[in-house]
Amino acid sequence: MIDKKIRIDPIKNGTSIDHLNPGTALEVMKVLGLHDTGIVTIGMHLESKKFGYKDIIKIENKELTQDEINKITLISPHASISIIKNFNVEKKFEVMLPKVIEGSVKCKNPKCITNIESVETKFHIITKSPLKIQCHHCERHMKKEDISLL
Amino acid sequence: MKPFKGRDIISIRDFSREELIYILKVAQKFEKQNKPVLKGKILSTLFFEPSTRTRLSFESAMNRLGGKVIGFADAAVSSAAKGESLHDTIKVIEGYCDVIVLRHPVEGAARVAAESAGIPVINGGDGANQHPTQTLLDLYTIKKEKGKITGLNVGFIGDLKYGRTVHSLADALSKFNCNLFFISPDSLKMPSDLLEELGERGTKYTETDDLNKVSRYLDVLYATRIQKERFADPIEYERVKHSYVIGPSLLRKTKKDIIIMHPLPRVNEISPNLDKCRQAVYFKQAHNGVMVRKALLALVLGKVK
Ligand SMILES: [Zn+2]
Repeated sequence: MIDKKIRIDPIKNGTSIDHLNPGTALEVMKVLGLHDTGIVTIGMHLESKKFGYKDIIKIENKELTQDEINKITLISPHASISIIKNFNVEKKFEVMLPKVIEGSVKCKNPKCITNIESVETKFHIITKSPLKIQCHHCERHMKKEDISLL
Repeated sequence: MKPFKGRDIISIRDFSREELIYILKVAQKFEKQNKPVLKGKILSTLFFEPSTRTRLSFESAMNRLGGKVIGFADAAVSSAAKGESLHDTIKVIEGYCDVIVLRHPVEGAARVAAESAGIPVINGGDGANQHPTQTLLDLYTIKKEKGKITGLNVGFIGDLKYGRTVHSLADALSKFNCNLFFISPDSLKMPSDLLEELGERGTKYTETDDLNKVSRYLDVLYATRIQKERFADPIEYERVKHSYVIGPSLLRKTKKDIIIMHPLPRVNEISPNLDKCRQAVYFKQAHNGVMVRKALLALVLGKVK
C-alpha cells in the first residue's frame, strides 16, 4: 500500500524505510553511511495513520544488510522496510529485533574487553519495550539512551 | 540440567538454581574426600593480575585431588606483556593443560577465553564483573552453617556500590527467595539497575543506612570492605567508616544464630574481638573455597560420577 500523503517521489529500484520515529531519519542516514552513496530522499515529520507522525527514507539502488536492519531497529523499533523493484513493492516487512545483536552496538563500559581488545561486541535482548540489552562479555545492562551504534 | 563435563564456569548467572544446588552437594562430598580423581590432569592458573588467595585455593584443590598445576601469577611475565591478544594466549596454553583458571582485570575476559578454548575455563575474577567461585563458596558457607539457603534474611553491609561479591551473591540469593537487606551509606548504595533486576524477579529487599534498624531480622550478615579511595571526600570516609564497624556488641541485638561473613581481606569493618565468637564464620568461609573449587574442577573434568 502506498501512503497517499507521501510527498516524495516513488523510486524505481531500492529500499524504502517507512514509519521511522519522527526525528530519527538523519540518525538512520548517519549509521547507514548514506551521505555519499547515491540518491536518497528523506521525508521528515510526515503524517502517519498508525503513529501520528513519522519519518521516511528512500534509497535508490540499495538493499539493506541484516546488520543495517538491526541498527534501524535499535533507533526506531516500529520501522517497516519495503524492497522496491521496478516501481513495485516486492517485499515489505516490519523490522524486528533479533535475540542477539552482534557487532552493531558499542558497549558503554570502558573496561569491557570489547573496548580493549579486538573482540566483536555481542548483546542479548532482555526486554524489547522498554529496550534493555545485556553485554555478552561484561554483562552490563544498557538502555535505549546508552546505546551507541558502531 | 546440562552435563558439567567440559563446561565453562564464567558467570553465576549461567547456572540455574538446580545446578547451583548440585554444585554445593558435590562440594559437600569433597569435604573429606581427597581421592586422586584428577591424577594425570593439569590445571593452568593464568593470573593476569595478582590474587594470591584465589590462586592458592585453586592450587590446593587441584593438588588435593592428585592433579598438577602450571601457570603464572603476574601479567608482567606473560606474553600479553608483549602485546599478544588474550585469544592467542589461550589458544597456545590450551595445548599444555586440561583446564584453565583465568584471573584478568578486564571485564568479559573470561568469556572471551572460554570461547577461544576447547577445554574448560573457570573464571577466577574478571575485573568488576564476575567471580563465580567466590559466590559459590559464599553460598556453600551459608548452606553449611544455616542448613539451608531458601527464605533466609540476608543483610549486606559496607560498600554495596562497587562490591562485586555483593552483586553476584545478591543475584544468586534471589533464586532462593531470600529477603535481602542492603545497609550502606547513601554514597555506596546498590546500583539501581541491579535493584531493578531484583525487583523484576520479585525479590524482596530493604535499603537502609542504619544496621540497628534491621539487625534483629538477619540470619546472615555479609560485610564488605569500605575502601578509602572510593570516597571523593575524606571527611565522608572518616564519618562512614566508624558507623559500619561490626564488633561483639552487635550480637546483643541480633538472632543468636546469626552468621557474620566477609570475603576478606578486611581492614577495619570487623573488629578482631569478634573472631572468637561462634557467629564469625569468615575464616571458615575462606577455607570452604577449596571444597567448592575441588568440586568444580572434578565436575568440568568429568570426574564426578
Ligand atoms: Zn561489555
